[in-house]
Amino acid sequence: MSDVADRVRKIVVEHLNVDAEKVTEKASFIDDLGADSLDQVELVMAFEEEFSVEIPDDAAESIQTFGDAVAFLTKATS
Amino acid sequence: MFDLTGKRALVTGASGGIGREIAKALAAAGATVALSGTRVGALEDTAKEIGEDCPILPCNLSKLDDVDKLVPSAEAAMGGLDILVNNAGMTRDNLFMRMKDEEWDEVIAVNLTAAFHLNRAVLRGMMKQRWGRIIGISSVVGVMGNPGQGNYAASKAGLIGMNKALAHEVASRNITVNSIAPGFIASAMTDELNDKQRETILSTIPANRLGTAQEVAACAVFLASDAAAYITGHTLNVNGGMAMI
Repeated sequence: MSDVADRVRKIVVEHLNVDAEKVTEKASFIDDLGADSLDQVELVMAFEEEFSVEIPDDAAESIQTFGDAVAFLTKATS
Repeated sequence: MFDLTGKRALVTGASGGIGREIAKALAAAGATVALSGTRVGALEDTAKEIGEDCPILPCNLSKLDDVDKLVPSAEAAMGGLDILVNNAGMTRDNLFMRMKDEEWDEVIAVNLTAAFHLNRAVLRGMMKQRWGRIIGISSVVGVMGNPGQGNYAASKAGLIGMNKALAHEVASRNITVNSIAPGFIASAMTDELNDKQRETILSTIPANRLGTAQEVAACAVFLASDAAAYITGHTLNVNGGMAMI
């Protein structure tokens, strides 16, 4: 498990109050982890702060699953 | 009665009338209050009346570049922001058939578009801290309409609708978004009315007097307080009964 994935998982678990085991590669924030659209905005805000990156709106919309977030942030911070 | 100790507020239009009284009332309840407006001298006077260090943040709300700096400046000056009062407003009255595009645009820009930008700007901080109060000073004219004020009425009704939509979005984060719709409030403008005009106005007000800026400010303090935590998307009518809605 990469460092990025650990950090993303920690944010998701804390923010959505879900078990870490449920935060799998394909887990959709909205469909599987109980997020609403505002949660999704807040997750993106939290990712931006944790990784000191700017996530533009169109990219934010493409981040639907835990795997999407890890892939985006791995690329953005590499 | 309502304790705002430790809260940090930003009031626009704090140089005059209702805005000045709102700033004073929030400060009296314990809040730190940043004062924004266009007239620096008048803002300094407000600060002196409050008697504490109030960040003074001059801003021309018709310039969106300036508007977008206002919330970051307030947050930097006070270490965050808990309460936003969109009080600033202007009129450019004209009958519909004579109203120029500029008169429409200017009023909508200052009264509504600036409020939209400020509302949007405070959300990130308020969502993170899971507490926030947004209060828009609308008008009975936004609820009832008024001849010669198509632009003003549209902006003030727009404020109410915008605040209701936002109230839906952020209620789960302990952020309330409400509006206050004052009726006729005693001010420099109403001092200039002649006796006949005054009589005509009073005949429409069951309370048979004009309201005071303090009576509007008291509502802002209430809506900002924890006592009003379960009130959101509401419009508080402060009009002596002239419109019971």
